[in-house]
Amino acid sequence: MAEIAEGGGGDHGKGKKRAKKSSTKVDMTPMVDLAFLLLTFFVLTSTFSKPKVMSLVYPAKLTEEELKALKPPRINNAITFLLSEDEIFYYTGEYFPKSKPGPDGPTKLIETDFGPKGVRKVLADGNSYVLSGKEKLDAKLEKKQIQDSTYLNLLAELKKNKLALKVLIKTDDKATCKNFIDLIDELKIAEIGVIAPVDILSSELELLKQNSKNK
Amino acid sequence: MPKIKIPKSSPSIDMTPMVDLAFLLVTFFMLAASFRSSEPIQVTTPSSISDKIIPENVIMVTIDKGGRVFFNMSDAEARKELLQNMSGKYSIKFTSEQLEKFSFMSSFGCTMRELPGYIDLPADDRSRVNTKGVPLDSLDNQLKDWIFYGNIAALNTGETAYQEAKLKGESPDVNDFKPKFILRVDGEAVYAHAQNVINVFRDLKLNNLNFVTTTELAP
Repeated sequence: MAEIAEGGGGDHGKGKKRAKKSSTKVDMTPMVDLAFLLLTFFVLTSTFSKPKVMSLVYPAKLTEEELKALKPPRINNAITFLLSEDEIFYYTGEYFPKSKPGPDGPTKLIETDFGPKGVRKVLADGNSYVLSGKEKLDAKLEKKQIQDSTYLNLLAELKKNKLALKVLIKTDDKATCKNFIDLIDELKIAEIGVIAPVDILSSELELLKQNSKNK
Repeated sequence: MPKIKIPKSSPSIDMTPMVDLAFLLVTFFMLAASFRSSEPIQVTTPSSISDKIIPENVIMVTIDKGGRVFFNMSDAEARKELLQNMSGKYSIKFTSEQLEKFSFMSSFGCTMRELPGYIDLPADDRSRVNTKGVPLDSLDNQLKDWIFYGNIAALNTGETAYQEAKLKGESPDVNDFKPKFILRVDGEAVYAHAQNVINVFRDLKLNNLNFVTTTELAP
């Protein structure tokens, strides 16, 4: 391999005829060249990370009859996020339009951001019931007091509890998919069980436009 | 003074360990590589902390930056059945060769009328053609038909795969064989475009959707 022939065989003049001594080494250079070529090819073309998916269950669409029969739900502890392009607002509890102000007057939007001090903090405060409950479950799991399957069941139950925070998401026509998925991601981090992306009301849209900076 | 003699050494180096290593790496990459199928559009998906790996049997709808919609399905057998159903519905004939080609195609974003011509293109040229996306407005909702018939076809092939796995003596979960619905959206796309597609799924009572994301570390 990569050997420089050093006068092998040798000339012995008029001596006996001997079988030519041939080197046992094979020139492996072409093979090595090919090996590296293949190596380079595979290194450059292969992709390792399989894409991940984030699942989200949308509320079922109701027929008009079903809609009529439906009573407006009583929202105990819900938070509604309004998304615009790279902007995020929220209000808690029920929505009171200007024409029908609630006990504290019409709903006012609160601005926040996608950073750890914005949405994440809002959600962590709002969903403290589930988060503290999860911590207890985590501790139990670590001490092996409960099984994995029981842990998952209890966690699912905890997320469905009345005291758990429910989240509604409304978007305007400028919000990007990145904004939306970032928010869903934060909701998953905060262990929110009920996530409902719903259509925005026209009065809410107006309110959002008033607060939004990019027009 | 005598000359300093440089000891004669052979100019060759023993490369065997290096070659061994090179071949080891080649073997590793050959076995580990999974090739990216050439998609007609590039999409930058947003990131999330989710660690769920993309399932096997999927119906995937891609939405690019401009809001164009592309349809894709993973199962080759189901794709053939789907195209046959669609060809009946839209009375557009496909040759058996086109059926075969369609079953190995990646995403496509064209109308039924354009589809035969699109299938006949060589694979490299497909990404260069500027298609307008699968139409999904209320007058001509082709995406709805693609998803509807795709779901039926994928359920059929999933069922056969489930029965086969059962015969082998495994104890499979029937839900693993059902088609999953994947949305691959570009981060810069306006959410309203995605919402249109989501509403098509919801009209068909398919409410459980999955968004493709790249991994990000959990806080």
